[in-house]
Amino acid sequence: MIRVQGLTKDYGARRAVSSINFEAKQGEIVGFLGPNGAGKTTTMRILTGYMPPTEGSAQVAGFDVVEESLEVRKRVGYMPETVPLYTDMTAIEYLTFMADLRQLPESQDRAYETLEMVGMDSRADSYISSLSKGMRQRMGLAQALIHHPEVLILDEPTIGLDPAQVVEVRNLIREMGKQRTVLLSTHILSEAQQICDRVLIINKGRIIAEDTPQNLQARLVGSERASVRVRGDGDGLGKLVQKVKGVRSVHAQGDGALEFQFAPGQDVRPEVAKAIVGGGYELLELRPVGMSLEEIFLELTRDDSHSPRKER
Amino acid sequence: MRNAWTIARREYHRFFTSPIAYVVAFVMLLTLGIMFAITIIYYRQNALGGGYGAPPAPDMGGITGTFAFLMILMLPAITMRLVADENRMGTMELLLTAPVRDWELIVGKWLGGLLYMLTLIAATLVYAFILNALETPGIDQQQLMTSYLGLILVTASLLALGVGVSAMFTNQIAAFFVTLGVFVFLWWLVGFPANYVSAGSDLFSYLDMKTHFYDTMNQGVINLSDLAYFLSLTALGLFSGSTAVEVRRWG
Repeated sequence: MIRVQGLTKDYGARRAVSSINFEAKQGEIVGFLGPNGAGKTTTMRILTGYMPPTEGSAQVAGFDVVEESLEVRKRVGYMPETVPLYTDMTAIEYLTFMADLRQLPESQDRAYETLEMVGMDSRADSYISSLSKGMRQRMGLAQALIHHPEVLILDEPTIGLDPAQVVEVRNLIREMGKQRTVLLSTHILSEAQQICDRVLIINKGRIIAEDTPQNLQARLVGSERASVRVRGDGDGLGKLVQKVKGVRSVHAQGDGALEFQFAPGQDVRPEVAKAIVGGGYELLELRPVGMSLEEIFLELTRDDSHSPRKER
Repeated sequence: MRNAWTIARREYHRFFTSPIAYVVAFVMLLTLGIMFAITIIYYRQNALGGGYGAPPAPDMGGITGTFAFLMILMLPAITMRLVADENRMGTMELLLTAPVRDWELIVGKWLGGLLYMLTLIAATLVYAFILNALETPGIDQQQLMTSYLGLILVTASLLALGVGVSAMFTNQIAAFFVTLGVFVFLWWLVGFPANYVSAGSDLFSYLDMKTHFYDTMNQGVINLSDLAYFLSLTALGLFSGSTAVEVRRWG
């Protein structure tokens, strides 16, 4: 469980995080999405007890991050963005050291177990300096998981991995997220779409949107869209679809497909399909057209970046 | 405290993979060995006749005294890396988000360095055995004990100051020179004014580190004020280190 209220962090005169609020429940994977320098890492560092906030408060796993920092740190697994590793240690030595710091019983067994979990057991006795970027990334994940934390905070967990490893790590995170609270940051939008139950879009230290990936799309577009395609040139199809109850507007697309809009939550696709088939057309395709998170993101950050310029 | 011990153990092992630690050990033990050999040879040449005017039989004060002097020059190389390197590599983030208190981290680093230096100090005990065998009634046991106690106290306080300085830096070289500056100041410079000014001369001579060791414990005498001096210096170093870590958190 993570609860953040009015969290603010200043670095000297620069405000890195500006009065943000959000919550993450157990069993939920929340994605922190934003451009570099938006305040993601700063927020995570506050939540992990690394640094205190300038203003506001945060509770992690039921403890205050400032007042009960040590209790928080016991219950959080944190993987920083540039995975800090002792390159002069072997993989197993490193994890055993981390387990000892967390005062886990049978630390070495725990270390082996965790290495296996991230698929690194074959490299247990390799020096960390000889591990590839992807393996180091997995070592970072391993040290965050070693104490089976209630809350996992992962800063850019898949950065620098090859596609196969990305899939592996994402699966691992999804698996972890079933019983834990996971907060992860990313600037890869499709990643947030794929693994997060909820997305917080953060820009210039502020949360500018918060919802499920699906709802974010719907909310921003104002209506949902779908496109149909039939065999032949489909004369009169536009009029037919327009007549279906709930359809707001119809646009012919250049490639012969027809796009129509309807109110969010009132899915009229079955009715449209019936009407098309009933009208004697041969329906080839009927698919939803979502605004991608990329588009949403650009939309949101564009609005935001205009206002300060006006002020000047 | 268990965390401090975990960190100390790791640091101790790390010294044995560090070339700098080997260089320090090599230089110190080689210098002491040469010095010991010269002392014995000199004594044999000049005291064989015995009687009036012969030099006193060598004691362990020469070894422990030289050891302390060498530490002023060598110890900054041991402490410079201890915390500064964690700051540079980013592993500090790992330690500061683990359930470890700031002072446990600093005490652990200090303890790791102390264990390493104790290993070197223990190696010099071989000279005590040799001397004891060479001299007919054996060496002065009390002087042996107090000189080693003094040496350990000097080591502990120098290490604490070094760790404190290291915690303030991200760059090891900067930490090295500042630490060296602090050591030189406490060992040589701070005592100087005592000879020339009357106002506060007591204070200056009290701050002078070498007198607390050379004039008392290295000669078999234990003074409460010397113990207080070294223990407060150790506490000061560890406290500055913890404060530096805390300040870094507020970054």
